[in-house]
Amino acid sequence: MIVMLKELRESLRDRRTLLTSLVLGPVFAPLFFILILKLTLARSVTAQDEATPVTVANAASAPNLVQQLRENGLTVTLRDGTEQQIRAWIADTDGLVVLRIPGNFGERFAAGQPAPVVIYADGSDSRAERRSDRVYQAIAGYSRLIGSLRLQARGVSPTIMHAVVVDNVDVSTPSARATLLLGMLSYVILLVTLLGGIYLAIDATAGERERGSLEALLTVPAAREQLIYGKVAAAAIMMILALALVTTSIAAALRYVPLETFGMTANFGPGVALRVFLVTLPFAMIGAGLLTVVASFTRSYKEAQSWLGVVMLVPTVPIAIASVLSVQPTAMLMLVPSLSQHLVIQGLMRGEPLAAAWVLLSIASSLLLGLLLGWLAGRLYRREAILG
Amino acid sequence: MIRVEGLGRSFGAIRAIDGVGFEARNGRITGLLGPNGAGKSTTLRVLYTVLRPDAGSASVDGIDVIRDPLAARRTIGVLPHSAGIYPQLTARENIAYFGALHGLSGEPLARRVDELISELDITDCATRRAKGFSQGQRIKVALARALVHRPQNLLLDEPSNGLDVMATRALRALILALKAAGHCVLFSSHVMQEVAALCDDIVIIDHGRVVASGTPGQLLAQFGAPTLEDAFVAAIGDARGLE
Repeated sequence: MIVMLKELRESLRDRRTLLTSLVLGPVFAPLFFILILKLTLARSVTAQDEATPVTVANAASAPNLVQQLRENGLTVTLRDGTEQQIRAWIADTDGLVVLRIPGNFGERFAAGQPAPVVIYADGSDSRAERRSDRVYQAIAGYSRLIGSLRLQARGVSPTIMHAVVVDNVDVSTPSARATLLLGMLSYVILLVTLLGGIYLAIDATAGERERGSLEALLTVPAAREQLIYGKVAAAAIMMILALALVTTSIAAALRYVPLETFGMTANFGPGVALRVFLVTLPFAMIGAGLLTVVASFTRSYKEAQSWLGVVMLVPTVPIAIASVLSVQPTAMLMLVPSLSQHLVIQGLMRGEPLAAAWVLLSIASSLLLGLLLGWLAGRLYRREAILG
Repeated sequence: MIRVEGLGRSFGAIRAIDGVGFEARNGRITGLLGPNGAGKSTTLRVLYTVLRPDAGSASVDGIDVIRDPLAARRTIGVLPHSAGIYPQLTARENIAYFGALHGLSGEPLARRVDELISELDITDCATRRAKGFSQGQRIKVALARALVHRPQNLLLDEPSNGLDVMATRALRALILALKAAGHCVLFSSHVMQEVAALCDDIVIIDHGRVVASGTPGQLLAQFGAPTLEDAFVAAIGDARGLE
């Protein structure tokens, strides 16, 4: 208990450790992740039905065109101005798209000649570019429609214009991509949890030995196991802290991602966040035990760091294998740490929670393994070789 | 009161100590003297219960350190060879942590830590983090940490290592004060002058064996040497000559 409090206090003192354990991981990882998710979604959302605003200059000579644009779902604003003024508007307003209808439009249109229109947009602004694309599509549609009508009026079938018809089939739906990304979210949670305790685990074992304070510590009248249990507990608490932070920040960040657009019930509200937190708690136990055991074998801080870098990858392995084989949750898989947490978190996020018995199985087996690792760390510290 | 008999311990093929035996009494300062690698640290490590011997016995205040290490640890204060302290904690917190591990808490602990801070003259760095401490300050904190539970017996492994003249003098004064208070002080050193200046009893170790022991006077007489240094050289030389 005393050891645990001291290790925690020492860790919290070290600003750099704190930054990596509790700020960089839990806060920035989800932010970064959600930024990617949001970008992916944003790109596909706009292709669907975002209301595209367009300013039409000198619309008087083309009322039908304006009507057509409105029917295409564009929000049309009418405003008169010269080309000079239009350029000034675009400079002033981000993402503004202006359609200018030249004075001779009506005359040429009526005469059946190609009638000119000009679209103004800032090509370096991706939003304006998307919008001008929409405006272009709408006008092209209108142009085709009028063209067909004119052909029909002259007794020619409009289909003659379409030599080849292309049909696009996009197999990768945007929601499938988002689901894949959400699948990685549970891995982010597990990784950040481990990251939260890694510095404390190293510092309390290999660091203590390297500084030469271990021998003094071993001369206090407490069993060596007790000392190491304190260290494992401290690492577990750091991990739990990181876990709490990461679930909170994910829950907060996901509110800004419009997942509903895809009919996905990625509900990560406070309730789900709490359940994710509880389900992953036993994993923090495993992590703390595992990191402490591995760090106890190493001789120096550096060695511990490189070893733990490898250990950090261990929880990825079951998840990666499961994703490749796209396994369905089964009772057996609930016994595999990290994978069982992954599956339970996935279930929670999809709004299809797994059976309570399975969740309990996951919690129980992970807790057991965590305790076993803690005990193993205790055994290791009873050996003399621990002095290095 | 420390008693060691026939202590042996090997590391792989190396016999670090081989039948070490001596006695360190209360109210006296006993010096373990020997060249580097003679087995001084190993002997002390067995005594402060981090190593188990493979032969012989050792007891502190009558408590067998092998059979009952926890009880033995309560009666000893230890300054290990590499006395590291926690860089992120202040001097006061470093000392208080060990006090807490020895079962002290609350007001008595705070008072004891205050006492040690003024006794060891580390008031100026008591509330600073130990990160930038000098070697002298670090040794003092480590010593305070060893004394926090008022142990009857003190085991110091080369305490003056890396200390400057003033710090060494302060350390000597402290060791003499502990002796005056009736404590049993056992320290190891390879510095002849230090042992000569402080010790009531000297145990000379070489190659894991005790080659001579006694008061400085007895040693001078035994080897017919004019100075302790000559006696030391003679003792070590004798031991090497036997092999």
